[in-house]
Amino acid sequence: MSEGMITMAYVLATILFILTLGGLSHQETSRRGNYFGMTGMAIALLATIIGIVTDNYALMFGCILVGGAIGFTLAKKIEMTQMPELVAILHSLVGLAAVLVGFGTFLDHDTVFTGIELTIHNVEIYLGVLIGALTFSGSVVAYLKLSAKISGAPLMLPGRHFLNLILLLAAIGYLLAFLGAAEAGNGMQQLMIVTVIALLFGIHMVMAIGGADMPVVVSMLNSYSGWAAAATGFMLGNDLLIVVGALVGSSGAILSYIMCRAMNRKFLSVIAGGFGSTGGSGGSAQASGSEADVQPIDAESVANLLLAADKVMILPGYGMAVAQAQHSVFELSRKLRDQGVDVGFGIHPVAGRMPGHMNVLLAEARVPYDIVFEMDEINKDFPKVDVSIVIGANDIVNPAAQEVPDSPIAGMPVLEPWLGKTTIVLKRSMASGYAGVDNPLFYKENTRMLFGDAKGSIDEILKYL
Amino acid sequence: MGHFTVFVLACFVGYMVVWNVTPSLHTPLMSVTNAVSSIVIIGALLQISSPDDLNRYLAAFAILITSINIFGGFAVPSACWLCSVNKGEQ
Repeated sequence: MSEGMITMAYVLATILFILTLGGLSHQETSRRGNYFGMTGMAIALLATIIGIVTDNYALMFGCILVGGAIGFTLAKKIEMTQMPELVAILHSLVGLAAVLVGFGTFLDHDTVFTGIELTIHNVEIYLGVLIGALTFSGSVVAYLKLSAKISGAPLMLPGRHFLNLILLLAAIGYLLAFLGAAEAGNGMQQLMIVTVIALLFGIHMVMAIGGADMPVVVSMLNSYSGWAAAATGFMLGNDLLIVVGALVGSSGAILSYIMCRAMNRKFLSVIAGGFGSTGGSGGSAQASGSEADVQPIDAESVANLLLAADKVMILPGYGMAVAQAQHSVFELSRKLRDQGVDVGFGIHPVAGRMPGHMNVLLAEARVPYDIVFEMDEINKDFPKVDVSIVIGANDIVNPAAQEVPDSPIAGMPVLEPWLGKTTIVLKRSMASGYAGVDNPLFYKENTRMLFGDAKGSIDEILKYL
Repeated sequence: MGHFTVFVLACFVGYMVVWNVTPSLHTPLMSVTNAVSSIVIIGALLQISSPDDLNRYLAAFAILITSINIFGGFAVPSACWLCSVNKGEQ
């Protein structure tokens, strides 16, 4: 296969990848988009295997088959609720691959560069390895946090900013050392040291971020895996890698920005860590009430309220995922709609543990997507809502964000169910949410608390409908 | 310099395309971009024919792990959509 044909194949693959992302602008076109992506990948692979690979076919195919089998089984066995951690662990694979390719390229003595080209080439290798290692370790920690294998609380080492600064300076310092050594024909040692530095940096960075900020972390790592791929493209002079890496990198960056905007926090402050759990003053200072001040309700009364309502809004949060209540919630929405009640779902951008988490759960439960709305779409409709049901959500429906100026969540856009007639909050107990902030919503006049496990409570309500 | 031009253009395209993705599809977006980022396998494939042992095994391992990502990354959104193409269905 000639150079020209390979280039054509790469261009075609690039076009298909762009169309894949474009297809995600609407539900209807998203499926087609997925097929485009698979085709693009296949074309790129075939072109490379036929055109560039000249030896070791058996080893290559063996690895593809084994890897493919593992990937396929993973995807089939995954529960929707495990999506965030699956995505995290997959990101780590891309990061690791970038590191391996970086080392491989460094050890490759086929193409010889000189002078400024050599320097640029080495810088590209350095960056690829750095970003790749950072993505790898950061994603592994993200996976551990999301799957609750380690605590979601942020690890706040004393002087952690100082530590980050040291690591950053070391990374820059070693770049110079590496360039010097590489010119003399060495450099392996520096490259390995920088890999370790980047690994440590990745671990520390993600350890310092609290559980509730995970949506930002996952999109950020998504972005980094893209930049790592782009760096690999630069070092290999491969435009396909550069383009795809840039697409993925900007996609992740935009998602991170959207998440941060939805929490009304600056990206740097999220990354610098600390928030997202009982971070310092947040917990104790806000405790303004106790179990005695809330008004509990039982399932039967809730059912009656629902039946008498014209418009009902369901506001799910991470708790719904934990309780695996989405199917019961679907049943509830279906029964109410059969009775002529207007049911809608209100999704806050950072509900759950990753962007679009709630949407995926509701989709799995077969909730039609035309009754699932984003916060911006329906927040103004709350005055017309008769009953709002808050399921396993806390900070995203917390009026303290608007009413309390020095609250840790001040300024964060939230859903506003208290503007409706009645709010029913499904909660296991009066324990605070991830921000450690008390929620005045629970004590409002028109709020009733339905204590218990989300799934159990909804099943109870269903009995009376 | 040519590569850098391509990079800047690609970032721009990415910016324009991704802002159009509807929020309810953010999870499939993350999954698909993740699958697509396993394009680094091309880098490993470029190394697999190397006569050098270390190079070859590094590349082989890289191919293995990116293959996990390719198949896993594309199979997951398929599972998502099997359930979500439900407009009007109850």
